[in-house]
Amino acid sequence: MRIDEALEIISLTNPGMVRSHNEDSVACDAACGLAVLADGMGGYNAGEVASGIAVSVVATEICQRLQEASPIERDEESGDELGVALLRDNIRKANISIYQAAQSQPQYSGMGTTIVAGLFYDNSVVVGHVGDSRMYRLRDGVLETITRDHSLLQEQIDSGMISIEDARLSKNKNLVTRAVGIDADVVPEIHVHDVQLGDIYLLCSDGLNDMMEDEDIQSTLYAMQGNLPLAAEQLIQQANDNGGRDNVSVILVKVKGEFAASRGWLAKLLNWFGK
Amino acid sequence: MAAKLILSMDGVVIKEYPLAKERMTIGRKAHNDIVIDNLAISGEHAAIVTILNDSFLEDLDSTNGLDVNGVATKKHFLQNNDLIEIGKYKLKYINDQVSQTSAADFEKTMVLRAPVRPVAPAGESNLSQTQINPSMATEVERTGRFGVPPAAQAAPAPQPPPVQPAAQPTSAAPAPQAAAAPQAAVVQILTGPNAGKELELVKNLTTLGKPGVQVAVLTRRPHGFFITHVEGATHPSVNGQVLGDQPHQLQDHDMIELAGIKMEFYFKG
Repeated sequence: MRIDEALEIISLTNPGMVRSHNEDSVACDAACGLAVLADGMGGYNAGEVASGIAVSVVATEICQRLQEASPIERDEESGDELGVALLRDNIRKANISIYQAAQSQPQYSGMGTTIVAGLFYDNSVVVGHVGDSRMYRLRDGVLETITRDHSLLQEQIDSGMISIEDARLSKNKNLVTRAVGIDADVVPEIHVHDVQLGDIYLLCSDGLNDMMEDEDIQSTLYAMQGNLPLAAEQLIQQANDNGGRDNVSVILVKVKGEFAASRGWLAKLLNWFGK
Repeated sequence: MAAKLILSMDGVVIKEYPLAKERMTIGRKAHNDIVIDNLAISGEHAAIVTILNDSFLEDLDSTNGLDVNGVATKKHFLQNNDLIEIGKYKLKYINDQVSQTSAADFEKTMVLRAPVRPVAPAGESNLSQTQINPSMATEVERTGRFGVPPAAQAAPAPQPPPVQPAAQPTSAAPAPQAAAAPQAAVVQILTGPNAGKELELVKNLTTLGKPGVQVAVLTRRPHGFFITHVEGATHPSVNGQVLGDQPHQLQDHDMIELAGIKMEFYFKG
């Protein structure tokens, strides 16, 4: 099945109930199997600029490259699969663009952004993230986080200093330990996960998971899995009903069919000549 | 304002100690930051590690131990007004700075640059870097924070939701509710195999039907309860009127019909 037939992708972003402008950016492209979400930070409109650069660099560059190349090819430089290399390299490319803009223009000084992106191909998803924007997966009715926040709180949880229950009480939320555009280089965390029929992936900014219990996210996605646009609206509505103190953005990706990459001799041959 | 400890004995305040350092020790010996010269206190009795706005209390293997709010404790994440008892002495922890929840500026995401990364107290392993720590990964799985999968409900007859005693989904939310929850409400099933059963609408979202087949949801919002058609051939009707795709606000004693099953919505109490 073609990737854009196998996936249903819905995105929605909302400034929330308190903030006057929206510093989140989202992009998705079913034809290349990509979903990208970024939560910008920085004064005035610098946050929007940073998240906007991140999303457009990653989405444009990856989709352009995949028009002529297959994500299952080897990347010559790194030896990784092209899909993995593309995600990693373009998050770093976005980092350089934001960093340089921030260096050259005083009003953008110090701007940065989180990012979470999923590239779906060959019955799997490559997930790259920096900061505290998350990807969740609903499989067989159970919600799991498949990214691990780059945040002070997560480090404290990892080191055993604070329990997950206590972490809800922490006054140190919203401190990220990695961000795109803050330093000259960034190391995105990249993982590959197998995809199953019926899976629903949720990419979100912390405006969702700070305002909503994971349990409520799970029950919403489970109940509304048959109506993805309504599920996205419902998630944002619940975050806003609970106070909506931050911008809130969601991307939902539902796996409706298999999308194995073709590896037959003909495909390889065509690929060979196609170069 | 930094958090502080107020040392007292027999209800008399002895001294206040601002938690100005990352690590402060409490003990009998003179080199401690908080010296309590009493034989019931160990030389180095306890330490308080403060990371930005959070403070953690740790017993340094003292002879007589310590209590927090009346419970013997080795390690504790301090909350405003916690009372630490060491021998006859009491230390009250005060951290009454406005929490981020009401100070919009505070809440903005900020980047913590590498040099600012906190250092774990001596004798403890350093805070892990952001790489995944395998032992913690299993810990997260074990604690099962997302609970069990929602029980599949038989279609088309709605059944009571999985029993959740005194479930108050909003009270445990990381942030306080901005708006008061609406009054309690119930849906009573009037026809079909489950006739007579009551569904208490204690959750933000109650599902009627079976996902993949026929679903409507009842949502609880600050200003009331709504019914929304999600999927399936049949749209629910309220008081005989078939609903569209938009949420419909429910009034007291509304009659809902979904896939041949009639039920009544009403407010409780």
